[in-house]
Amino acid sequence: MSNKESTGRTLFVALAVSLVASVFVAGSAIALKPVQIENRLLDKQRSILAIAGLGDDDLSSAQVKDLFSSRIKARVVDLSTGEYNDDLDPVTFDPLKAAKDPKTSAALKGSEDLALIKRREQFTTVYMVEKDGQLESLILPIRGYGLWSTLHGFLAIKPDLNTVVGLGFYQHAETPGLGGEVDNPKWRGIWPGKTLFDESGKPVIEIVKGGVDPASPDAGHQVDALAGATLTSNGVDRLLQFWLGEQGFGPYLAKLRQGA
Amino acid sequence: MSKHTAKEVLLNPIFANNPIGLQILGICSALAVTSNLNTAIVMSIALTLVTGFSNLFIAMIRTQIPASIRMIVQMVIIASLVIVVDQILKAYAFSLAKQLSVFVGLIITNCIVMGRAEAFAMQNPPWISFLDGIGNGLGYSVMLITLGVVRELFGAGKLFGIEILHLVKDGGWYVPNGMLLLPPSAFFLIGLIIWGLRTWRVEQKEEPAFRMAHQVIEKEAY
Repeated sequence: MSNKESTGRTLFVALAVSLVASVFVAGSAIALKPVQIENRLLDKQRSILAIAGLGDDDLSSAQVKDLFSSRIKARVVDLSTGEYNDDLDPVTFDPLKAAKDPKTSAALKGSEDLALIKRREQFTTVYMVEKDGQLESLILPIRGYGLWSTLHGFLAIKPDLNTVVGLGFYQHAETPGLGGEVDNPKWRGIWPGKTLFDESGKPVIEIVKGGVDPASPDAGHQVDALAGATLTSNGVDRLLQFWLGEQGFGPYLAKLRQGA
Repeated sequence: MSKHTAKEVLLNPIFANNPIGLQILGICSALAVTSNLNTAIVMSIALTLVTGFSNLFIAMIRTQIPASIRMIVQMVIIASLVIVVDQILKAYAFSLAKQLSVFVGLIITNCIVMGRAEAFAMQNPPWISFLDGIGNGLGYSVMLITLGVVRELFGAGKLFGIEILHLVKDGGWYVPNGMLLLPPSAFFLIGLIIWGLRTWRVEQKEEPAFRMAHQVIEKEAY
């Protein structure tokens, strides 16, 4: 009995248990990774479809794949010039990976970094819903820091490049029931129809606390904040300012407006 | 020490020694994941498996674990199992894993798992410990599923997301009780279930920890 409690024996048991447990955990993580990546991709595509109003969360995986490949076109955009870049394949190009690589991204200065993402990639992927060659809606990837986590999502806008079709976040780790309500269909439901810019092209969309007065002339670009989630709401507000501004999709949207 | 039979350790925790009803453990997750039946069932399965296997592995090495680090060893085993369950859910039930969010991870801190490891698996052989874990998981499951059925049926008029009671807003007759979808309602329901359980099985009633003495001084205050 005394042998079992000796220091050497204790260390040995601790090491052996840790070793076995880590092999077990690492093994399962690696073995299941391909399926998980597939799932995450499907989830992202499902979320793009939902935000564009092409389907809801109940779509089966086959339906998602089918709808996504038939209705949605992806292209890579150079964020600083606003030009398309067709050398990069939107299927394999990963903007989030690019944002981490110093070669394909730029660090943001404190005052520029409204969304608190630290680095912004040079190229990103945008998605377009087209019907008979005509743009139906444009889907822009957005992300930014809320309270606990980076919110990853999409903003879909109409061909007038001003009216919201939908907004949604597919990945975040905000408090369930409070900030986590960013993916509540009810809150997402108040976004469609809101306008993003004023006449001069400045982003004016904002999230306001205490409810939106429908009689106010500003109601068209104001969205009611999430109850009990001030910091998450502020995060969403700031990340929209960022991605719609000069550092984000500003140059790209300006190019599109000229073309139209 | 009394000998445990397989039937006893498997079935006792369901009503006679329910982990939620009598031991009052694992309440937090019971409030959080029971607003619909789907998440309640997935959580039940996950917890039952984790409790069963953590008991099994801990019982297998129980004679080797030095007393000074036994809690940490138990935690390592439980945490590893929970991570594996979480990984499996993420791979095969992604949308459910998203809904359960942090609560799968929080199985690690669920008192039922730790409680069974410490109270049972440390003193008993692997097979009977495994059954004890499964039994306690079943006790937890029965409670969760009962809560899930009541909350989803009366809170949203559905079971497994399929409409059972025709809602007024779709032209039916049932006005859903939205409060049942909020976590505090599970608290009231658990209270009612415990009351029912203790009325049915009187032996579960606890002696009051202390009784008020008779008043011996005539005046209330001077």
